[in-house]
Amino acid sequence: MIIGLDMGGTHVDAVLIHQGEIIEAIKSPTDRTNLLDSVWVPLKLLLSKAKTSQIERIILSTTISTNAIIEQKTDPVGMIIECGPGLQNDFLCCGRENIFISGYIDHRGREIRSFDNSEIEHAIKTFKHVEIPSVAITGKFSIRNPEHEIKIHETLKDEFSFITLGHTLSGKLNFPRRVFTSYYNSAVSSTFHRFSKSIHEALQREKINAPIFVLKADGGTMSLKTGDKSPVQTILSGPAASIMGGQAFLSTTKDAVFLDIGGTTTDISFLADGAPLFEPLGINIGAFPTLVRALYSVSMGVGGDSKVTVKDKKLVIGPVRQGAPKALGGPCPTPTDAMIVLNLINIGDRHKAITAMEEIGKPLDLDPKVAAKTVLNTMANMIKNQIEKLLDNINSHPVYTVKELLYGKKIKPEFIQVIGGPAKAMASILAETLDLPCWYPKAYEAANAVGAALARTTAEITMFVDTAQGTLSVPEVGLHDKVSQGYSLEESKLYALALIKQQSLLFGAKEDEIEAEIIEESSFNIVRGFYTSGKNLRIRAQTKPGLIFQLRSDKNVVC
Amino acid sequence: MLSAKNRLGLVFFPAFDWAISYSHPEREERLLYTQDQIFEEGIQDIDNINFYNPTVASIKDVQRVHFCVPDVDLRVTKSHLISAGGAIKAAHMVIDKEVDKAFALIRPPGHHAQRVVYGDRGFCIINIEAVMLENIRAKLNPCRVAIVDTDCHHGDGTQDIYWNDRDTLFISFHQDGRTLYPGTGFLDEFGGPGALGYNINIPLPPGTGDAGFLYVLDNLVLPILSEYKPDLIVNSAGQDNHYTDPLTNMNFSAQGYAELNHKLNPDIAVLEGGYSIEGALPYVNLGIILAMAGLDYSKVQEPDFNIQNVEQTMEITDYIKRLCEKIYKHWKQRDRLARDLRKGKDYIIRQRQVYYDTDSIMEYQTQKFKVCYKCSGVNTIQSDSDKGMPILAVTIPRDACPSCIDEGYKIFKEANSQKYCYIYLQDKVNDEYLDKQF
Repeated sequence: MIIGLDMGGTHVDAVLIHQGEIIEAIKSPTDRTNLLDSVWVPLKLLLSKAKTSQIERIILSTTISTNAIIEQKTDPVGMIIECGPGLQNDFLCCGRENIFISGYIDHRGREIRSFDNSEIEHAIKTFKHVEIPSVAITGKFSIRNPEHEIKIHETLKDEFSFITLGHTLSGKLNFPRRVFTSYYNSAVSSTFHRFSKSIHEALQREKINAPIFVLKADGGTMSLKTGDKSPVQTILSGPAASIMGGQAFLSTTKDAVFLDIGGTTTDISFLADGAPLFEPLGINIGAFPTLVRALYSVSMGVGGDSKVTVKDKKLVIGPVRQGAPKALGGPCPTPTDAMIVLNLINIGDRHKAITAMEEIGKPLDLDPKVAAKTVLNTMANMIKNQIEKLLDNINSHPVYTVKELLYGKKIKPEFIQVIGGPAKAMASILAETLDLPCWYPKAYEAANAVGAALARTTAEITMFVDTAQGTLSVPEVGLHDKVSQGYSLEESKLYALALIKQQSLLFGAKEDEIEAEIIEESSFNIVRGFYTSGKNLRIRAQTKPGLIFQLRSDKNVVC
Repeated sequence: MLSAKNRLGLVFFPAFDWAISYSHPEREERLLYTQDQIFEEGIQDIDNINFYNPTVASIKDVQRVHFCVPDVDLRVTKSHLISAGGAIKAAHMVIDKEVDKAFALIRPPGHHAQRVVYGDRGFCIINIEAVMLENIRAKLNPCRVAIVDTDCHHGDGTQDIYWNDRDTLFISFHQDGRTLYPGTGFLDEFGGPGALGYNINIPLPPGTGDAGFLYVLDNLVLPILSEYKPDLIVNSAGQDNHYTDPLTNMNFSAQGYAELNHKLNPDIAVLEGGYSIEGALPYVNLGIILAMAGLDYSKVQEPDFNIQNVEQTMEITDYIKRLCEKIYKHWKQRDRLARDLRKGKDYIIRQRQVYYDTDSIMEYQTQKFKVCYKCSGVNTIQSDSDKGMPILAVTIPRDACPSCIDEGYKIFKEANSQKYCYIYLQDKVNDEYLDKQF
């Protein structure tokens, strides 16, 4: 038995899955003042329906870290930042204290200048003076050579309770994002740690020894223990839970649009040849962009409970939600009221819903039914316009080779998959508006919890080999090693695959579920004068986000 | 997060799958380290800076500028069309006011490509700035443009293309042609009879440093530009004046390049040469991007930077001062010089030899410009190469008067088919291109 739980802003969804079927699904409200209980109450309820020995694994997608950041309830962080020359750097001051040090690594990972130890001593004193518990150390090009970060860590590791090294969080180039990601990682560490410790203890009290995982924004899981080290990876895992949930109900190799229509917002994401699309660099949260690997998902302020008004004879939907739909005692007309009027769903007080649509229809000279239809058509059109805009953007993303420019992949959705409360009611309207088949799973309301339950462990590594210098580095695993002059692309790829497997096991993956693959490879000559002096190899490997299995109920549906 | 003062469009296209040959300076990883630097600095995340893909230039775009022998398809690869297309994309964004400024970081370069194209010279086959400019001029005419070529090599291709066009002021500063490829770019190359004075060469001595370049800019280039009043300034932004460049002998730094672009304030910059791909390009390109975006570039510096790298001798300082005075005087006298040149002549003829170093071809040209007092005058190029294929190319300029248009078509129709393999006609008035094969 597997338990999957997804905590959203308003609700917690949890499912118990046994032999490929959902045997229990529950929905409970999120208590923002007590996030731990918000998780523990539904979890305990599901545990009571199963034999403790039968629980194989528990996967949690939580807003613990996200909330801490958004509500600015994070720990103060002492930042040690090694900039080197380049952009001005005051915009990087994200910590309580920010110490800029003088060392410098260049784009090939060569040490140009060493930092001064007295700068580190000064940082320790400064941080201690204001009782900062957590530190983050980040250098420009540290992913090409992490030695400075590692050395600094050696000096201050006994002085602080939590230390983040920038190079361990992502292998991607983007120094400002590396600084911000490191900052967030240290800033949410104690919040996340308190959560993980309580959950761990609570489960022990219940004598449950099943492994516990947390969901990451990339649609993969990691063990709770790994989460303690890089809690920043758990931010904004909600959309990933939904997208993975969609995958659980349907397997495809086509391009598709994936919609999660909620009360306040609609999240839009895409499948390319059946696989969910990633954010190119990482997600934005709070005031800063990050390098947190994430599935692509864009939220728009239109949902079932969005406020509907008429302004200058024109319908306006959203972006705010002022409360429940009128039919459920809310203050203003909503798309949900329209769905009730059109008999697409059967909830609440139908009379109130009709009154709501009369209110909308009057200034437009429409009867309630036509008004309701207009509301839903407008909503579908808004979603359509946004999808088109996003696709335009995605399909013109920068490319760097002649081949890609001329023949590169363009996403052309062949169908829509929709989940969330209004999914069923909106499906046919969306199909008509977007002129694409639209499909929703039977358990469309619990898809997010299912996604969490069935997600596999994921990891990504970036390998950078410079045979002219004889160096090989893989920042995510903290590797910075020597290699021979003749080290080849083939050898690098094999090594990368071995490392990614190792990393996945460390994150809690089971041997047989690891699907390692090389996702990028390039080989450039390094030329001195007119002779090749070495090779510059760049490899990215991942364990693909995916599911441990598909749900049995809808398994045969293939689009 | 940072926000740029100017909205800047970057067409960054390193063409990682294209090279002249595997160890040629113009090879796959030329912009690899620049990409690393730009990505690591987080330029993508700066508000008001956006990245764009190139478009692909069309055959017609190329024909507005070049006579490719025998034709465009045989001379020009997709990579060249993409490079020119990158420049076109940059220009369109500026013209359409989507951005305030644009920088096309594209390859291969183009400023050695002349009107007639028998092959590759100086790593260039088509002139990407000229293809860009004539593309926008097909829609936006008239358009007075100043091209300031800051590549270390003389922009002899751009000079040839705009030799007789006073709507395009071409200013090239470069290492003195007596000491560097292509061996041209002297003061007396001052433009054709219809545009004398609108081609300005500033040959600088080897060893010129930051101070020298900025002196030329402040005391010669900027004053001339303020008198010319262009609608558009294009920086043909070669980066091989850098002190680490393997092919040249100058002492210019990334700071210097940034300062130059800050002061020149170009609307469009297009990457040309520059082959110190690790030690210079990442920093020079970063400096130019920040300067164009209106961001602080004072912290941009090469790893091996030392003030001695950019110093120049007193002799050089004095030489440059005198040079600037001489050129400025020349510019001021351009109308009188033009009158003297044209006086009593119906045609001005110049004989040239053009060497295609990359493809080892020698071309022999006779350019003949009609002296016309109503327009810049119809002109022809008779050309042959040591690989054969003699041609005749006729150009009817944009501002051509009816009689020059008629004369152009007449030459094209009546040319002696025994003498040439190909005859071409470029009619810039009607945006037409014709060719005949024998």
